[in-house]
Amino acid sequence: MRYVDEFRDPKKASILVEDIHRLVQHVPQARNRPLQLMEFCGGHTHTIFKYGIEQMLPESVELVHGPGCPVCVLPMGRVDDCVAIAECPGVIFTTFGDAMRVPGSRKSLLQAKATGADVRMVYSPLDALAIARDNPDREVVFFGLGFETTMPATALTILAAERQRVANFSVFCNHITTLPTIKAILDSSDMELDGFLGPGHVSMVIGTHPYHFIAGHYHKPVVIAGFEPLDILQSLWMLLKQLAERRCVVENQYARIVPEAGNIQALDAIQQVFEIREYFEWRGLGSIDHSGVRIRDCFAGYDAERRFAVPNLSIADPKACQCGEVLKGVIKPWECKVFGRACTPETPLGSLMVSSEGACAAYFNYGKISAEIPAATEEVF
Amino acid sequence: MAANPQPRVKRPHGDAVNLSHGSGGKAMRDLIEGLILPALGASSTTPLEDQARIDVPEIVGNGGRIAFTTDSYVVDPLSFPGGDIGTLAINGTVNDLAVGGARPTVLSCSLILEEGLPFAILEKMMCSMARAAQAAGVRIVTGDTKVVPRGSADKLFINTAGIGIIPKDVNLEIARIRPGDQLLLNGHLGDHGAAILKARGDLALDADVQSDCQPLHRIIAALLAAAPGTRCIRDVTRGGLATVLNEFAQGAGVGMRIVEDSIPVRPAVRGICEVLGLDPLYLANEGKLLAVVPAEEAGAALEALRACPEGTNAEIIGEVLPNPPGRVVLSSHFGGERIVDMLVGEQLPRIC
Repeated sequence: MRYVDEFRDPKKASILVEDIHRLVQHVPQARNRPLQLMEFCGGHTHTIFKYGIEQMLPESVELVHGPGCPVCVLPMGRVDDCVAIAECPGVIFTTFGDAMRVPGSRKSLLQAKATGADVRMVYSPLDALAIARDNPDREVVFFGLGFETTMPATALTILAAERQRVANFSVFCNHITTLPTIKAILDSSDMELDGFLGPGHVSMVIGTHPYHFIAGHYHKPVVIAGFEPLDILQSLWMLLKQLAERRCVVENQYARIVPEAGNIQALDAIQQVFEIREYFEWRGLGSIDHSGVRIRDCFAGYDAERRFAVPNLSIADPKACQCGEVLKGVIKPWECKVFGRACTPETPLGSLMVSSEGACAAYFNYGKISAEIPAATEEVF
Repeated sequence: MAANPQPRVKRPHGDAVNLSHGSGGKAMRDLIEGLILPALGASSTTPLEDQARIDVPEIVGNGGRIAFTTDSYVVDPLSFPGGDIGTLAINGTVNDLAVGGARPTVLSCSLILEEGLPFAILEKMMCSMARAAQAAGVRIVTGDTKVVPRGSADKLFINTAGIGIIPKDVNLEIARIRPGDQLLLNGHLGDHGAAILKARGDLALDADVQSDCQPLHRIIAALLAAAPGTRCIRDVTRGGLATVLNEFAQGAGVGMRIVEDSIPVRPAVRGICEVLGLDPLYLANEGKLLAVVPAEEAGAALEALRACPEGTNAEIIGEVLPNPPGRVVLSSHFGGERIVDMLVGEQLPRIC
């Protein structure tokens, strides 16, 4: 396919891999311990596993799979809230597909559907708005979820709902923001990261300037990376080059998509509709200040949190789950006490096992071919 | 029911199925005799007994065996590019028999109709069944009809059971798979799954894809003639190629390696998968088979598959290995390796 196959060329890949092997020998940090490079975005994690990229890298380069899968970091209490809304009489609850299997404390949306709730999978919030127009006697709720990547579509849909005077449509807003979370990881005491692959899709909206604090304040290099396998390899090479040359800046490998200043129209829509929450709870990471958004008062009629009585309870993660440590790169997925035993893609305990973009599910499904599942397992709850 | 001496064809009243058509009374008889039997190509003078009685003298005493299978078809939408529920209900059951090395002979047809189903749709699906049965050379010899209240089923469900005859020396079993065997696929993966996604119409996809729904018993007969040592065959349906490979690997306690570059996938199907974040290895098919063949017969087997209209795009896609037992590994076009696991739940498109 045009514009896809060019980024999957095995000859170019092998040249890049050779260059990476050569370059890493000139990185001073790699002499005593493996380099830890974090890809923040779940889309990168997916590509890395799908194409077996980790196995092509030198042993002195370790990839840490960050919290960039919005499904994976959704706290259990918010899933319970979704189920509570979906089970209200007359509600059609609409959601992206991979959010349907995320476990709540009682059930997932998929299980709620099986027990009678009208839960429908959509590919865009505009599809949910169309369902609302077609069902004027029902309340249609869209599960707004994701980083700055999906935020503009939700904002534009709310603006469209207002313009079209669709009164039976609302959004259960769980959108989250990238930068406070990266900052929280960088501030963590057990953090040992050496550099970041920046999230390409998020950067398409916010541009490259917002990442300068990572290079400037924390002295970690950042390369905004695309999602094809050659994008990832080239971005890793660019990161290593910065480390080898003792440079520390924000570079844009994904320049064919990401403008330095971001997408002004998308940012404008976000600004119109959303405002920062004081704090938002993340699964595995706890509460992070200013890391979520809510719908502004002037669009209160489209805010499902105000239209429905949601339980809004905080549910503790299962105590054996080590999602937080995996997300910060402190342990590898298979080192978690319940990985592959109590926690599998069929019966996920931790959210990292839910979506194919989650580090644990990726390891489980595509995994290191030689990695053994640990025999030991501990009490789960 | 006793044989009816006189032809009594009577079209059912109205435009759509109602609960009286499942009552067991006159309305039901009118539906069966006036619409279903003629559409299936059966005479209205066919005796409607509670069972079909089939002579099987050729089986008794010659060492052959009977293959018996059943499957239910609940596809949504009923029609899709390249087929409909009627063609699926015939070809699916024919293929379940054929992959065991059986020659399909007779089928049953059990219908569950939702109240309100238009007769025009029912008739269209029955005519499709009749055409597919004729094309596959099988007869529908018995059946059943039930009507359920609106909302209790989705328009039309079909169950078909089938009987086939396995010749004396044919013995296809997963346990016969050995390291060194070659894996053969008879054509492009994922056409059916992509056609269904397109037909559901909620993705605004403008891709030229058709279901691969087709009977496989003739190509399997050709394969077995060319490669009599064939270990086992499976039709690649729901769960896709990945699921069949895992079942083979786990069932035989062997490893499997497939080579991404050898697996035929149409550009349109690849495109749909890229857009939706799906993997063609897990997409459903309705006219594809995976055969495990000893290495020394693989060349002849490939030639035989490609000589059949059902297998012009056949390829050797990988091989059986001693290790890792029970696991399937894919060598990617990109030069990496990854595990191909069984599908968990259904493939759900990713958020971004």
